Amino acid sequence: MSHKALLSAKEVNIILHRLACQLIENHHDFKNTVLIGLQPRGTFLAQRLADILKHDYKIKDIKLGFLDITFYRDDFRRGEKILEANTTQINFLVENKKVVFIDDVLYTGRSIRAALTAIQSFGRPNEIELLTLIDRRFSRHLPIQPNYRGRQVDAINEEKVKVKWQEHDGEDAVYLIKN
Amino acid sequence: MSELSVNHLLGIKYLKKSDVDLIFETADHFKEVINRPIKKVPSLRDITIANLFFENSTRTKLSFELAEKRLSADVINFSAAQSSVKKGETLIDTVNNILSMKVDMVVMRHPNPGAGVFLSKHINASIVNAGDGAHEHPTQALLDSYSIRERLGEVGGKNVVIVGDILHSRVALSNIYALQLQGANVMVCGPKTLLPKYIDKLGVKVETNLKKALEWCDVANMLRVQNERMDINYFPSTREYSQQFGVNKALLDTLDKEIVIMHPGPINRGVEITSDVADSDQAIILEQVQNGVAVRMAVIYLLASKIKQ
Repeated sequence: MSHKALLSAKEVNIILHRLACQLIENHHDFKNTVLIGLQPRGTFLAQRLADILKHDYKIKDIKLGFLDITFYRDDFRRGEKILEANTTQINFLVENKKVVFIDDVLYTGRSIRAALTAIQSFGRPNEIELLTLIDRRFSRHLPIQPNYRGRQVDAINEEKVKVKWQEHDGEDAVYLIKN
Repeated sequence: MSELSVNHLLGIKYLKKSDVDLIFETADHFKEVINRPIKKVPSLRDITIANLFFENSTRTKLSFELAEKRLSADVINFSAAQSSVKKGETLIDTVNNILSMKVDMVVMRHPNPGAGVFLSKHINASIVNAGDGAHEHPTQALLDSYSIRERLGEVGGKNVVIVGDILHSRVALSNIYALQLQGANVMVCGPKTLLPKYIDKLGVKVETNLKKALEWCDVANMLRVQNERMDINYFPSTREYSQQFGVNKALLDTLDKEIVIMHPGPINRGVEITSDVADSDQAIILEQVQNGVAVRMAVIYLLASKIKQ
């Protein structure tokens, strides 16, 4: 198994700040916007962005939630792997809000499809955007594209893109893993 | 994530501790789901479930049906009172007829102990026992333990007394298995005529004095007196039963701690429990009902995930 570094800690940090600034351009004071990190690994990126917006850009009112999509997936009973549920923490309604889905890697688009269904349980948002750190283009199964992307990556199907976070994995980095 | 070690939920006796833990963790997620503005997930939209009730039930049937619908399963209901069972059809024939309509899972209540086990050997569908005679009622025991865990943090190490008609109670037997599996200490308390002769062989303490039992316990699970299953008089009068084995506020006030009061329903107010206790903060009876839906969703979801496509 070989690991190729795609992004270093410094590059991840620069990208996070750029994504935060792009969000500010579109959402200003975030009064009518909610950030939704997708479980399991989109939550780290969502928390980081919320922290940057709060501390570096002094935006006071950031509403952040975590959404688990396990029960909305379209591969229940279809794979060998048992689907593992995670905690959903959304303590607000998304009715008439602008929702930004945040996930670490956009691959087939099926998770986002599930998230689009799942979020309806919390109300009818005005609009939904997608922010992703890594966009694996050419591998989509559904017509879904991100509004904000950190880096585009061309990877073939046998390859895996792994995003690591300091608070969970001990470092900020993105690797391309080949078997 | 691990999966259940069983393909059917026939009784707590067949479960491992890891199964119970998995069911509770999954139920935590479903409890959050059923408190959302929209309380439904689409996981089981390609699963059909038959609820076969060969014996009367109100809350268990409603709870299962709601759990199935919250998971988006297709549901068909059957109750023996309006069926061909009255015309002499056998259990296997009845069920096979229903299964030929492409049903994936059967939730069954039956007056005969072991009906679920018997059926599981003869048909090709996942079976959930919703009560078989005086034998087991596994989902009730699971939701009882889940409610204790929710109120007290954990079940292991807690002292739980089951009070009342142990002899006719499937809830009692399933609860004994479930509580012991999780490391709780279990006592049964009731009139001697309603305690099975060899109940102590299950490793439970036996007590006939309610006051002593309540002093010992952290949780008291008050069972209903099952008049419909009693063919002889097991105690002189309802009044005497309630005086000796009914919980009331005055009795609870004599204890030096606040214990948790449970009841699987339906309550005979004034018999095994008085209204001032049933409606107090000490009682978690309505929490049990709400948790019942989440726990049954977890059981059905986990069993359905093992049904091959």
